[in-house]
Amino acid sequence: MTTLPSAGLTAGNRRSKRLTQRSRAERWAPLLFLLPAVLTLITVSVYPVLDGMRLSLRNTMLSTQEDDFVGLANYVRLTGDPQFWSAWQHTMLFTAASTLLETVIGMAMALVLYETFKGRGWVRAAMLVPWAIPTVVTSKMFGWLFDGQHGVVNWLLRQAGLIDGYVNWYGDSQTALLTIIIADVWKTTSFMALLLLAGLQTVPHSLVEAARIDGAGSWQCFWSIRLPLLFTTLLIAGMFRALDAFRIFDLVYVLTGGGPADSTEVLSTLSYKVLFSGLDFGYGSALSAAMFITEAIIALGFGLFIVRRMRRDNG
Amino acid sequence: MLSSWRTQLLITRIALYVASALIVVWSVAPFLWQVSTSFQEDRLLSAPTPSFLPWPGTLDHFRNIFVEKEFHLYIVNSAIVAGLTTLFCLAIGGAAAFALARLRVYYRFGILALILSVSMFPQIAIVAPLYLAASALGLMNTYTILVIIYLSLGLPLVIWVLFGYFQTIPREIDEAAIIDGAGPLRLMISVILPMSLPGFVTTGLLAFIMAWNEFMFALAFTSGVDRQTIPVGIANFTNLYYVPWGDLAAASVVVTLPLVLLVLGFQRWIIQGLTQGAVKE
Repeated sequence: MTTLPSAGLTAGNRRSKRLTQRSRAERWAPLLFLLPAVLTLITVSVYPVLDGMRLSLRNTMLSTQEDDFVGLANYVRLTGDPQFWSAWQHTMLFTAASTLLETVIGMAMALVLYETFKGRGWVRAAMLVPWAIPTVVTSKMFGWLFDGQHGVVNWLLRQAGLIDGYVNWYGDSQTALLTIIIADVWKTTSFMALLLLAGLQTVPHSLVEAARIDGAGSWQCFWSIRLPLLFTTLLIAGMFRALDAFRIFDLVYVLTGGGPADSTEVLSTLSYKVLFSGLDFGYGSALSAAMFITEAIIALGFGLFIVRRMRRDNG
Repeated sequence: MLSSWRTQLLITRIALYVASALIVVWSVAPFLWQVSTSFQEDRLLSAPTPSFLPWPGTLDHFRNIFVEKEFHLYIVNSAIVAGLTTLFCLAIGGAAAFALARLRVYYRFGILALILSVSMFPQIAIVAPLYLAASALGLMNTYTILVIIYLSLGLPLVIWVLFGYFQTIPREIDEAAIIDGAGPLRLMISVILPMSLPGFVTTGLLAFIMAWNEFMFALAFTSGVDRQTIPVGIANFTNLYYVPWGDLAAASVVVTLPLVLLVLGFQRWIIQGLTQGAVKE
């Protein structure tokens, strides 16, 4: 609007020249803006994953200089490795239990926060605390809370009459994985609740009001209106949570180191040990490649389900 | 009739307050216990009955971590690594998010989805190849390698959150700037950037927390107190014969308190930024 066409051929020519320059810049600018980020992600994330796949077909040992192509030998070894299968089971159990608990408890918390009441902002702020604490600190914190001798959890449970003797929570192979699940639920549930709360707030209030007028109770309102409308959000949040839980490392490594008696060994900690204690980069890469593939399958499964669900909702 | 309806309302209110009190206790109590522990003498910590208030209090644990364990060195390392990561994340991620949100990019949502999917990679899958590459390039035990890795861990989230933020700025503003003769770079720096400062603050905070808290790569790629970050320092904080719970609590408080205060201060924006994916669909 500011440059009204002035009379004269030369001015017009100059303008069109500037326009072609502008459009050339317009074509290349987006690429230049994207380039640094894309290059970083390719060199530091995508390429290493592919390189890891290559390593998984070799017998690279850092301790002996061995480095030859061995085909699928590492994967064959994997299928017969009881340590791998036990870590696989622990990881799956942990992923399923923590995702389920965090989604259900998070949903309950979100429903409480959805109501308006005095001090709601403070509750919401408090809920960010577990999320902000470094996972390593969380591990040590739960190590102290659940300590077998002086842990305050044991003391509280005994005062309440729920246990007779002190439980050696993460020092006992029966309860160690449970302790880790509890710690993870503490760390992540409130964040999950905030995600679900954001989803809840998109459910039109008029729908719930209409149902109320028709005589629906609070439970019915939740079960037949909010939950179905929230289902996609719930699935997406659940997927991200499951993918994140599947690669758990910090909590296990710091709290139990995979013990006692390998009862909390998960795939990430096992891979890390094979890589950096065993220095067996070939086999360790096969382990992490197997994790990558499982992760991709989980994402694909959830993804297909979500897309189908969204299609059905919209069509 | 009316009174029964009233009692029901009252009961609902009370239930609501009890439930939210439970949520607050659940979220904050473990950390408060850690704070209390950090001020208690070892004698109190190993007593059969725990004392909830740090009385008589002591600063021994704080003295231990700074004098004996040189904890400030870890803090300096973490601050350098997390600070640089945040700066690069914002610069590189900001440019990419700007292009995706405001310029003509083909398959923009495809590209965005690909970038996001990178964040779902199990991190253990890239640790071995990166380790070999870093050894070959002589980057082991340097700030550089940590910053490079954290950059790629943080970028997907940074791009995603900033993308959402840029989309809330009305497009008419771009059009006006373009008509006034602004190119893409100028549009980003003098128009969009000043308007999205709150978005940059939130996103920067997210990147900073991610880098400040990361453990596995720091553990694998650093080997001495001159480069190790706080999480590695805390993880290695065990004595041979007993666990120094008081010292650990003091260290936890020192590294977490600034984070908790920052997060509480910026909570509204953080929640907004982090939950936009769930809201939008």
